Amino acid sequence: MTNPYHPYPVTIRDIRTETEDKSLKTFTFVFDSPEDESAFDFTCGQFAMLSVQGVGEIPIGIASSPTEKPEVKFTVFNTGKVTSHLHRMKAGDAMGIRGPLGNGFPMDRLAGKNILIIGGGFAFTTLRSFIESARQPENRHRFKNIDVVYGARTPGMLLYRDELAAWEKSGDINVHITVDATDDQDWPYHTGFVPAVTERCAPASDGNTLAIVCGPPIMIKFTRPVLRDLGYRDEDILMSLENRMKCGIGMCGRCNIGRELVCHDGPVFTLAELNGTPGEF
Amino acid sequence: MKPIHIKKEAFGPAMAKAMETYAVAGPVPDREDAKRRHLFRCLEKGETPDLEYTATQLSPKALLFPQAETMFRFKVPSGGKKAPFLEAESFKERPLAVVGIRPYDARAFDMLTLNFDSKDYKDPFFLKRCHQMVRVGLADTTLKDTNFSTACGTGPFDTTALDILLAKTEDAYIGTVITAKGKSFAAAAGFEAGSAEDTKALARMKQEAESRMRPGPDFSALADADTLDLHGEDHWARLAFSCINCGSCTFSCPTCWCFDIQDEVTGNDGVRLRLWDTCMTDLYSAHASGHNPRQERFKRFRNRFMHKLKYFPDKYGQGIMCVGCGRCIDNCPVGIDIRTIIGEMNAKAAGAAKAAGTAKTGGTDKATEAAS
Ligand SMILES: Cc1cc2nc3c(=O)[nH]c(=O)nc-3n(C[C@H](O)[C@H](O)[C@H](O)COP(=O)(O)OP(=O)(O)OC[C@H]3O[C@@H](n4cnc5c(N)ncnc54)[C@H](O)[C@@H]3O)c2cc1C
Ligand code: SF4
Ligand code: SF4
Ligand code: FES
Repeated sequence: MTNPYHPYPVTIRDIRTETEDKSLKTFTFVFDSPEDESAFDFTCGQFAMLSVQGVGEIPIGIASSPTEKPEVKFTVFNTGKVTSHLHRMKAGDAMGIRGPLGNGFPMDRLAGKNILIIGGGFAFTTLRSFIESARQPENRHRFKNIDVVYGARTPGMLLYRDELAAWEKSGDINVHITVDATDDQDWPYHTGFVPAVTERCAPASDGNTLAIVCGPPIMIKFTRPVLRDLGYRDEDILMSLENRMKCGIGMCGRCNIGRELVCHDGPVFTLAELNGTPGEF
Repeated sequence: MKPIHIKKEAFGPAMAKAMETYAVAGPVPDREDAKRRHLFRCLEKGETPDLEYTATQLSPKALLFPQAETMFRFKVPSGGKKAPFLEAESFKERPLAVVGIRPYDARAFDMLTLNFDSKDYKDPFFLKRCHQMVRVGLADTTLKDTNFSTACGTGPFDTTALDILLAKTEDAYIGTVITAKGKSFAAAAGFEAGSAEDTKALARMKQEAESRMRPGPDFSALADADTLDLHGEDHWARLAFSCINCGSCTFSCPTCWCFDIQDEVTGNDGVRLRLWDTCMTDLYSAHASGHNPRQERFKRFRNRFMHKLKYFPDKYGQGIMCVGCGRCIDNCPVGIDIRTIIGEMNAKAAGAAKAAGTAKTGGTDKATEAAS
C-alpha cells in the first residue's frame, strides 16, 4: 500500500513578490524526480499540500495551469507558522509537495459555455490557473466568451499584474480590473468594489453561462444578489472553499460541512450544492 | 461456529503459546493509574490479558489508530541540501491478536474502517493493522448501566465483528470460533473444543445479559429526518449549555477518528506525526483568515452529535456512528448523556414527521373531496 501522506521532494526554482506590502509571494517549484512530476497530474481548481520538513504542511491552491508543467506555481499569503517560514525560504531550497488534491473545476461542465470569473483579493490564484489554461490556443475554442472581474484593495495589491495587462491586450478574454480606491490619476481601470463592477460589466446569463466566484466572504455575500439579478441560477455558480484542513484526503475529519468533506468532495461546489449543506464554511 | 471451552487455569499457558505466533494485546491494569483501572495495550512476554476486568476508560481503538503515529521520518534540510522523506517503521509490525475486546468495541473498528478505507484513498497504517488483526472478544457480562449497545444494533454478545467470542463462567471461558482467522488463532493457542452444552450456556448467558439492560434511546425517526431541519432545531444551545468542550467524549469514544498532523524535530531528525484530535476545540475549524464556521461552542457540540447520528448514517447507509459503549457518558465531567441528546433529536424528528404526515393526509382528503 502506498503512503498517501508522503510528499514528493521538490526544489524552489523561483520566488516572486507579488504585492506592494510583500504579503504575497509566488513560488515556482520543480519536482526532483520525473516520475513524481508526471504523477502530479492536476486540473485547474485543485490544491496541494506544501510541506516543509520540521515546520508542517498547508493546503494551497495550484496557481499555475497544467499547460505550464513541468513547473508548478503557488501564491502564498504570509499569515502564520508555515506561510511565514515559506516567505523566508530562498530559490534552491528543498521541500515537499503532496497532491494534487480535491475535485477542481468541472472542466466537462465548463466546456462549450460562456464563463464569468469573479475574483477578489488573493483568492484569485486558482482562477489564474483556469484563465491561463483556457487562453492557450489548444484550449480557447472549448469555451465561448470569457469575462474576468478581478478586484483588490489598491493597484499595488493586484496579483499577476504583468499577466493581467497581457490578457487584456491579447483580447481573447474580457478583463474588468478594479480597485477599491486609488490616488493614481492615470489609473486606466475601474474603481469600486467587485460586486458593483460585476453589476456594471458582467454579462447577464443566457442560461448557457457559468460563474466561478472566489474571494473573501464579504465579496461573495454582496456578489450573490448581483448574479441573481443577472439571471444566474444557483446551479450555475461555482465557488471554491477554504475550510481548515490537515490530511487533504478525506481521513482526518477536519474540513467537514455536514457530510461533505471539503478537501475531497470539494473544494469546488455549486451554490446549489452548498444550499443543501448546513452551511458551516 | 465451533464451541470452545478453556479452563481458567489453562488460559495463561494458552496465551503464552499464542504469543509464539502472534503479538497479543489485551486488557491489563494500568501501572500509571493510581486506581489501577484497565487499559488495552500490547503485552510483553509473560503477561496475560486479564479477562476478569469490567470496563476500560479508553476504548481499544489505539491498537489500530495510536494516539500518536509516525507517518514518515525525514532529515531537516539545511543549506539548500536535499533531505529525503523516509518511510515509518510501523510497517514491520507483527500480526496482532486482541484478546478480551468487547464485542461492541470490535464493531466500532468496522465503523472506523469505513473512514480509513475510502474509494480514492487507503490509510496504510490503519488498514494493514486492521486486516492482520485477530479479534478475540469477551462477552460483556458486567455491563454498566450506561451501556446501550443493543439499541445500536450490536450488544454484549454480538459476534458480527469478531473472530472468536469468549464468555466468562465460574471456572472457564466458553465460547465459539466464528471465522477462519479465529480457527487459526484457536489452533495456535491450543484452545480445547467445547460441547453442545457450552453452546446452550452461551445462548442462555446472552439472553440473561440483554434482558438485564435498560431500554436504550429511540432513534427510529432520525434516518428519514431532514438533515437541515435537525441542524436548524432551536434546542442545540440549550443541550450544549453545560459542555466545556473538553474533548473527553471524543478521546474515549471508540468510533471517533479525527486527527491532527504535526512535525516533531530532534536535532537533524524529524517525524511527521498524526495525533488524536477533537472537533470540540475552536482551533479545529478556524480558517487561516480568522473566520470560524463553528465559533460558538454549541456549534461544535452540534457537529459532534450530528456527525454521529445523521451525517455518518446518511453517508454510509450503515446506521449510526455509535456502538452504545457508554464511555462518553461515564467520562463527561458535566454529565452530558448522549441518550438524552438522541431522545431530544428523535422527538423533534418524530414531531416533524407527524406534522408532515398530517399535512399529507390533509392534502389527500382535499384531493378526495375535489374528486368526489
Ligand atoms: C483548499 C485551500 C486552498 C487554499 N489556497 C490558498 C492559496 O492559494 N494561497 C494562500 O495564501 N492561502 C491559501 N489557503 C489558506 C492557507 O491554507 C492558510 O493560509 C495556511 O494554512 C496558513 O498556515 P500557517 O501555518 O501559515 O498558519 P497558522 O499558523 O495555522 O495560522 C493561521 C491563522 O490562524 C491564526 N492562529 C494560529 N494559531 C493560533 C492560535 N493558537 N490561536 C489563535 N489564532 C491562531 C494565525 O494568526 C493565522 O492568522 C488555502 C486553504 C485551503 C483550504
Ligand atoms: S466530555 Fe462532556 S463537557 Fe467534555 S466535550 Fe464532551 S460533552 Fe462536552
Ligand atoms: S458516542 Fe459515546 S456511547 Fe457512542 S460509541 Fe462513542 S463513547 Fe460510546
Ligand atoms: S482535511 Fe482531512 S478530511 Fe478534509
